[in-house]
Amino acid sequence: MDAPIIRINDLSKSFGKLTVLNGLSFDVMKGEKLALIGPSGSGKTTILRILMTLENISGGRIEVCGEPLFHMHRNGQDVPADEAHLHKMRRHIGMVFQHFNLFPHKTVLQNITLAPTLTKGEKRIDAEKRARELLDMVGLADKADYMPVQLSGGQKQRVAIARALALSPEIMLFDEVTSALDPELVEEVLQVMQRLAVETDMTMLLVTHEMGFAREFADRVLFFDQGRIVEAGPPEQIFQAPQEERTRTFLRKIIASRHGM
Amino acid sequence: MGDWAGYLTLILAGTWVTIKLTVMGCAVALVVAFIAGLGRVSRHATLRWLSTGYIEFFRGTSIFVQLFWIYYVLPLIGVSMTPMQAGVMALGLNVGAYGAEVVRGAILAVPRDQYEACIATNLTRYQRMRHVILPQALPLMLPTFGNNAIELLKATSVVSLISLADMTFQAQVVRSQTGNTIVPFVTILILYFILSSLISFGMRYLERRASRGAEGVR
Repeated sequence: MDAPIIRINDLSKSFGKLTVLNGLSFDVMKGEKLALIGPSGSGKTTILRILMTLENISGGRIEVCGEPLFHMHRNGQDVPADEAHLHKMRRHIGMVFQHFNLFPHKTVLQNITLAPTLTKGEKRIDAEKRARELLDMVGLADKADYMPVQLSGGQKQRVAIARALALSPEIMLFDEVTSALDPELVEEVLQVMQRLAVETDMTMLLVTHEMGFAREFADRVLFFDQGRIVEAGPPEQIFQAPQEERTRTFLRKIIASRHGM
Repeated sequence: MGDWAGYLTLILAGTWVTIKLTVMGCAVALVVAFIAGLGRVSRHATLRWLSTGYIEFFRGTSIFVQLFWIYYVLPLIGVSMTPMQAGVMALGLNVGAYGAEVVRGAILAVPRDQYEACIATNLTRYQRMRHVILPQALPLMLPTFGNNAIELLKATSVVSLISLADMTFQAQVVRSQTGNTIVPFVTILILYFILSSLISFGMRYLERRASRGAEGVR
C-alpha cells in the first residue's frame, strides 16, 4: 500500500437534471480492500460504473495507475479520452455485476476464455488452462462445459468472478454481487471473495449491503449518502463507533431490517 | 393427355426459374439486410442516414415500380441487366429493406447487460458485435427472416412482367394456349404452397438449432 492506484478528484456526475455525485474526492491505495456502503441512490454503484467506463463523468478528474481515465494528453492539453485510450485503461480494471451478465450463448469455459483470447492474444490452449485453474479456485472445476442457464445464481456469480480474473486486472470492482442471489447461495460467493482478498494483492472495491462481510473484508469503509462521503474509516470505527449521526441511523435501519427477516 | 405432360414440363421449367429467383433474391436480401441493419445502429451518422434512406425508399415504393426502374430505366444511364439479374436485384433490395429492420430490432433486443459485460471484459466494438451481440441476435431474427423469405417467394411472380419465364408466366402461357385456367393455376397454387412449406420447415429447423444453447441443451 504505497501509492494511490485510483485518485478521484472533484468528481461529479449527473443524469439529466439529477445530480448523483457532486464534488467527490478520494484515493484508493494499491492493494487496498475498500467497501462502499450507504442507502440506495447514494451514488456508490455509479462510482464503480464510472471506474469501469460504463458511464462518462460530468466533471472532475479520475486517475487510474497514474494516468487520467477520461482524459488524455494531446499537444500539452487535456482532451476527452477516445475509444483507444479507454480500451487501454480498461486493462487495469475488472468488474463483477449484480446480475452476473454472463454470455448465455457460450459455455462456462468459453465465457472465461473469450476476452483473454480476443483482447490479449492469448493462445486458446493457454487461456483454457488458466480458465480451468480459475474454475478450480472458485469451486466449479466440473462445470466447465455447462451453459450458464444450467447453473444456480451462486455458481453463475462465481463464473463471473473467474471471467473477470482471467484478464488479470489490478483493480476489481464488485457491484452488489450477492444482491440478486437466494440467501442460501450468498455464502459460497462471499467465500470466494474473501479468499481473493486474503490471497491476492489486487485492489478491490466492493459495493455491498452485506455489512457483516464488509466488516471482515475491508481495510477501509466509505459510508455514502446523497453522493457524498459522510464518513470514512477502518471497519471497526464505522461499525462499532460511527462518528456521524447519519451513519448510525443507516446502520440501525440495516440491522433492524435484517432482524425483521 | 400427352399435351398436358408437355404443359406440365413447361410449368416445371418455370418452377426452376422461381426457385433460382427465390434463392438468389434471398441471398442478396440477407447481405443487404445485414449491411443496412448494422448501418442503422452505427455510431456514424452518415451510415445511419444512408441506411435509413435505403430502407424507407425500398419499403415505401412498390416492388413492381422498382423492378421496372431496374430493368427499363437503369439501362438509360448505362447499367443494363438480364431479366434474371434485374429480378434478383429488385427482389433482394426490396426484401432486404424489410430484413434490415429485423436485423436492427434484434440487435437492439439484446439486453444492455451484455454490452456492459463486453466493456468490462474490454472487447472492442467489432469483437462485441461479432462474438456477443450478433450470436444472440441471430436466433431472434430467424422467425421474421422466414416470413420475409416466403414473401420474397410470392413476390417472384412480378418478374413475369419483364418477360422472365417464371412459374406464373408459364401458367399464363399454358392458359392462353389451352384456354384452360383451372388446371395451370391449380398446379402453380400447389407448387407455390410446396415451396413456401419447404422454406417454413427449413426455418423451423434453423430456429430449433439456434435456440438449443439458450435452453441449455448442448
